[in-house]
Parts: sequence; C-alpha cells; structure tokens
Amino acid sequence: MLQETCYHCGLKCDTAIQLTDKYFCCDGCKMVYTLLDENGLCQYYDLSAMPGLKAKGHFVSDKYNYLDNSAIQEQLIQFKLGDQAHVTFYLPQIHCVSCVWLLEHLNKINPGIIHSQTHFEKKEIKIIYNPSIISLKELVQLLAFVGYEPVIHLGDNDWLKKKKVNKKQLYKIGIAGFCFSNIMMLSFPEYLSNDVLELGSLRHFFIYINLVLSLPVLLYSASDFFISAYTGLRQKWLNIDAPIALAIAVTFSRSAYEILTQTGAGYLDSMSGIVFFMLVGRWFQDKSYDSFAFDRDYNSFFPLGVTVLEDGKELSKPLSDLVKSEIVLIKSDEMIPADAVLLTEGALIDYSFVTGENAPIAMLVGQLVYAGGIQKGRSIQLEVVKPVGQSYITELWNSPLLKTEKNAEKSFVHPWSQYFTIILLMIATFTGIYWSVYDTQKILPAVTAVLIVACPCSLLLTVTFTYGNVLRWLGKRKLYCKNASVIEAIHKIDTIVFDKTGTLTNHEDTQLEYIGVPLSAAEMIAVKSITRESLHPLSQMVTQFLSLQVTEITSFQKIENFIGKGTKATSGLFEIIIGSFAFLKANGIRQNEVYRGSMVCLAINGVFKGLFKINHTYRNGIELMVVQLKNEGYHLHLLSGDHPTERANLLKIIGHDIPMLFEQSPADKLQYIQNLQNKGHYVMMVGDGLNDAGALKKSNVGIAVTDQTHLFTPASDAILEGSQINALSDLIKYAKKAKLIIILIFILSIIYNIIGMYFATSARLSPMVAAILMPISSISIVALSALLSFLFFNKISAKN
Amino acid sequence: MGVIVILIIVSVLVAGGFLIAFLWSVKTGQMDDDYTPSVRILFDENFDSEKSGEHKIKVSNKVV
Repeated sequence: MLQETCYHCGLKCDTAIQLTDKYFCCDGCKMVYTLLDENGLCQYYDLSAMPGLKAKGHFVSDKYNYLDNSAIQEQLIQFKLGDQAHVTFYLPQIHCVSCVWLLEHLNKINPGIIHSQTHFEKKEIKIIYNPSIISLKELVQLLAFVGYEPVIHLGDNDWLKKKKVNKKQLYKIGIAGFCFSNIMMLSFPEYLSNDVLELGSLRHFFIYINLVLSLPVLLYSASDFFISAYTGLRQKWLNIDAPIALAIAVTFSRSAYEILTQTGAGYLDSMSGIVFFMLVGRWFQDKSYDSFAFDRDYNSFFPLGVTVLEDGKELSKPLSDLVKSEIVLIKSDEMIPADAVLLTEGALIDYSFVTGENAPIAMLVGQLVYAGGIQKGRSIQLEVVKPVGQSYITELWNSPLLKTEKNAEKSFVHPWSQYFTIILLMIATFTGIYWSVYDTQKILPAVTAVLIVACPCSLLLTVTFTYGNVLRWLGKRKLYCKNASVIEAIHKIDTIVFDKTGTLTNHEDTQLEYIGVPLSAAEMIAVKSITRESLHPLSQMVTQFLSLQVTEITSFQKIENFIGKGTKATSGLFEIIIGSFAFLKANGIRQNEVYRGSMVCLAINGVFKGLFKINHTYRNGIELMVVQLKNEGYHLHLLSGDHPTERANLLKIIGHDIPMLFEQSPADKLQYIQNLQNKGHYVMMVGDGLNDAGALKKSNVGIAVTDQTHLFTPASDAILEGSQINALSDLIKYAKKAKLIIILIFILSIIYNIIGMYFATSARLSPMVAAILMPISSISIVALSALLSFLFFNKISAKN
Repeated sequence: MGVIVILIIVSVLVAGGFLIAFLWSVKTGQMDDDYTPSVRILFDENFDSEKSGEHKIKVSNKVV
C-alpha cells in the first residue's frame, strides 16, 4: 500500500484521515486545514508543499491562562492605545515562505488582528490587534493552533528589546561612502597633470570642497577609531585603533595644511576611502545571527506566569511575584519554577534538563523538588520554599567562579599591531634623520607620507573580513558563533569537555533493551497488559517495546499500582511484580547484582527474570569525531550527570583513554572546568542543558548543542545543531584556518606597504600613487579573504 | 569653464539627496529586515476576491 503523507505537515500517515482528496496524519492537522480552508487561506499550501507543523494532539486550552493577568500583559504589550495594541512574539517555527504568508494573513481568520508583520531572519512576528475583539490569550492560542506557538519566557522580553540594528554604524558607513565617492570624483583632475585640463583657479575650488567633504568623515565616521585609541592609551595599551587614528589624524592634518597653504591637494581621497572600507569591514564582521540568543540566563527558561492556589481558587500571576510559602499548581509538561515541597501525589519529574539524568523520577509528598524539573504526570501542587532567584539551579549563575570576564585577553592581532606601530615609528624616525642630513625641506613631507601610507588599515581589513567570512561559512555547517572573538578563542583550545546526555546522545531517540531470562509469549502478553495501564513514561516504553513482539492482551484478577514505584498483578498463571529495583527488593525478590540507572525490573512468580534497560542512542559519527579530535592532539574529557551504567557502552565508542566522570552536578561540572583552566588548559565545553550552563559559561568556548535550534539553549558562545556534532573536529579545524588566512593576507599587505614605503621615504608620494595603492590593496585584501575562506571551507566539506 | 562650478554643486546636491534618502531609510527601519520583504512582494493578493469572498463574510459575522 502506498504510504500517504499528511497534506498539512508532510509526516507519514499511519491511520489516514481523509478529507475529500487530501490525507492528514491526525485530527489536529485536519482541523488546521479546515480552519484555513474556511477562511480562504489555502494558498498556504500552494506556496510550498506540506508547509505545516505537526499539530499538537493535546491542545491545552488553559495553558495560557496567565496571559489574562494584566501585569504579565503589560510586560508583553509594547504599545497600547484605545483599540490598538502592539505585541511582538518570537516564533522559532517560521521556516518557509508559507509561514510568512499565513502569519501575515492572520487577519483573515480573526478580524481582531489588524496587522501582522513577520521578520523572517529574527523569526519574529509583530502583531497589531484590537484587544476588545481578541484578547492576548486568544491571540496566542490562535498562533499555537495554526502551529506557531510563541516562545514566551521571562528573560526574552528584554532580549527582544535589546536586539536593535546598530543604526549608528549604518549612518557612519553611509556618510563615509558619500564623502569618499565625491572626494574621489573631485580629486580626479588632480591625478592628471595640469596641462591636460586648464583649470586655473577651479583647481582650488575642487580642493576646498574636498576639505569640506572630508570633515564629516574625520569628525563623525572615524570617531570610533579615535575613541577606541584614546581609551586604549588611557589604559596604557596600544591597540590596533591607535596607529589607525594616528594615520587618519596625520593624513588629515597634512592635507589640510597643503590645501590651506595652496601647496598641494592632500590625500583626502585615500583617507576617506580607508575609513569607509574599515567601517564596512567592521559591519561585515559584526553582522550576527539575529534569531539566536546567546546570552540567556535562567530567566529565559522559566515561563512568564504561574498558576497559584489562593483559598482554593486558581489564580495566574507573574513568576516574578511568586513568594515563599505560596502554593503553585503545575500541570503536565510544565516546568517547576522554584524550589518547592511537594503537596500532592503523582509527581513524576523529568530532570534531564537540570541534571542530565535520563529517566523521570517519582517524588513523594513532602519531598523537595528543584526548579527546572518538568512534571510528566498529572497536575501537582507545590509549596514554594525559595523565591525563583534563589533556587538551586539559579544559584549557579551567582557562583563566584563565573564572575571573571570571559575571553578578556586581547586578540592575537593586537600584539602585531603593536610591533607594526613600533616599526612604523622607527622607519619614520630614520626617514626624518636621513632627510635632515640631505634635504631639510623634505623632512616633513617624507615623515608624514610614511605615516599615511603605512597605516595598519590593511591588517584591520584582513581581520574583520576574514572573521566575517569564516563566521558565515561555519553558519552554513550549522555552527553559529556569537562573534568573532569566539573564533579567536577556538584557536587556543587544547582541551574539549563533552557532556553526555543530549550532547553525545540523542534526546529524542532512546531504545529499550531486555536483559535476562528470555520471556515466553504468554509472559510477554501478561507484562504488556500491566504496563499499558500505567502512565509512567518508562512503563509506556516497555509497552511499546513488547507491542513489537506480541499483540494480544490478557486481563488480571488483581492489579495494585504503586505510583512511581511499580505494579503488582496476579492472573491465573502469573504473579508479576514490575517496577524499580528497590520496589522488587521491597517485595522480597532476591537478586545479587545491583542495578542502577534508568530501567524497569521484572519478577514473575517470585523469581527475578530480568530488566528492561534504556539505551541511549548515540548520535551518528561520534566515534569518528572522537578519533579525529584525539589525532589532532586535543585532551578529551567526558562529564555526565547520569548514572555510570553507560560506562561500558561509552568505552566502546570513545575509547579507554578519556577521563569519564559520572553523576556530576552542575556545580561539579563548573568546578571541573575551573580545575582544568587552573592547570593552564584552554577549555572548550560542549553541552546542552541547564546542567551544563555553568560549565558552558566558565569554559573558554562554550558550545551549546541543540536539536531544535531556537529553543532552550543555555548561555553559550556558539550554538551547534545536534546533527552536526560529528563534524565538530572539521569545524574546529576550519575555525583555526582563519589565523592562517589572516597571516597569508597580511604578508600581501606588507608587500603593498613596502611599495608604498618606497615612495614615501623618498618623499615622492603623490596623491595619485596613494589613490591607486589604497583601493587596490583594500579590494585585493577583501577579495583574497573571501576566496581563501571559501577554498578552505570547500576542502573541509569535500572530505565528507 | 565657470559652468563646472554649477555642475559640481548640482552633482553634490543630487548625491546629498541620495545620502539623505539612505539615512532616512535607515532611520525608518527599512534596513532592519533585508529578507522578508523580498518574499512578501511575491504574494498574490487577489485571492480573497474570487475564491473565498463568501467565507470571509461568514467569518466576520461569526466573530463580531
């Protein structure tokens, strides 16, 4: 039979739901289609094939109740006046043309939406709506219904506001470009000898306009260089901007002097040109990934609002208002916002995000549950014992180990620029001495010419354009770096620390394995019939596992279910006890070996039969990646928050020579990184969850691995898509090539400098030579940087 | 040759006009998003007049 794919989301349909000639994988997808069809929005399906997102089967309508709270609304709504309100949401699901189209036609579904505009690269939608027709909650529900559930977190609001395009930089580039092109045009007559064009007094007119045009470049566009040089000098540090500022100042002074004394035309064209190119280079390097958040703290992980119980009534309130001893209500799949004591039964908490522990843990009434866990069972009530900001997980952020500024060291380019400046000043001095002996008239022209020609602008251009290019190519391979200093930090890495759960293993893909005495078909049927009654995730996995082998079900005379521990059941033939190891032990089952970790133990008729063990599936290509990294000479370490049950498996995959530590708390991981750094190592941490957040922050390069690129990445320097982790060694290698590229191009620019020096020291630097040398060197540097970064990238990609 | 002075002034003014246009476009946020508008321009806007005009009325009755 031909497998039908869902018309809406493109997934395979197991039980095809048909509507006229279209198939759907689930009712959710069909409902979305029906809604769009009713409103004439089926063009959604024409723009790209199967654009939809799998509708969430269980649509919890009261999930957004907190959006009715006016304090929360105030935080979200940017502008409100009468019947207009503006709100911006982050929709990580936006991925194609259809998304943009549908989201911008939401007003066809609900007339309360006045206008909606998406920003594809930031994955944002700005909605203007009428709050008297559609409430904020209904708006979010509508978005969630059509498959674009907004990500609303506490910290993200400030983050959305912070993400503004740096307009000042664009103004500066625009003005420098305008002045540069006009000065270039007006300087043209200067390049030709006076005999060709008989300009006479017009010549001075041109030059004076040039002088006027160069003022905005000097005073506005180039201001950053002067400010940076000044702050550098005040800290007794000669940074790369210092010689640049010196060159700009000298060029302008000499040009102004020549023009005002009517002795020459100056080098204003070269000056404005180089300022323009350098500004473009900085802008190119700094253009970062708009849709990523690299600096999220714990606030971004918690929801914006919580449901509290006050006098038996449910009430939504902002998380920030949550105080000690309040009772909070946590529904299924919600995150626990603060450390709290459990008040009701049925808690089954998934701490994988906090500790790296894979299986959900059952908690008893009266036990302390930590913030960051996700409730997997039914609704539970908790009494808050610590405010949000003081919980176990958030205290990591206040750790004194994290106080030091990261990557504070200066770029390797800076020492170069220091040598450059010193050599430059020496050449200028020698030139001055030389001409003071032979021709005192030429001292000033020659010395200033040296300073004009030998500006380290080419070095700055090389660096900014090369880093910009490398960042973009890495982005193509799904490694998104925060900024250029991350690439510099990668150059120095000698140690790489991996997290296990979610980093080397795949979160969404776990496999079950049965170890022990083989089961008969009748036994399997019996076990399956018990486990299918329980909602425990492990028990559901067992059911799924057994369903592959047997299909029948039997009934039982007696079933006793102990929540979070296990189940006892008796039928005619069997007396089955299934559950945790401790549960079996408590029921008098003897077993010599002690098992730990995520598993379900089984005993039939009082005899231990075996256990169902959860096996983590490792991401593809881990072994090869580890071998490659070892060959490159990196020290590798593995830190896991999970039990050491996986040790044997891991040894096979990553080898015996890698230090492996298990049951590491977030603070342990942080300390481990600190210890490595104390020993003088330069550490890269590769992790995923909140449990790695401290280590990611502490490490010299923190790479967050994620499967859904836009959700839940802790603060990090770079974000790597999980499927690309096998390419890590290639990506590191490529990032390291950036230094080689810079050195190669720098050699080229030294050649240009020597040519320029020849003219300058002999006091023969005409504006024309300067005007030819400047654009040729700038453009060839930019082109070569682009070419080399492309060639190296191709070489690395071709290998795979 | 005196006419060159006028020509130069005019040319600088014209270029200045473009500079002001650029600064204005940055200021009003036209440089904020350099991808979505290129997608948006391809959307067919006449769809609701033929295919789904009746639906639209139905919906607006339902909600208002």
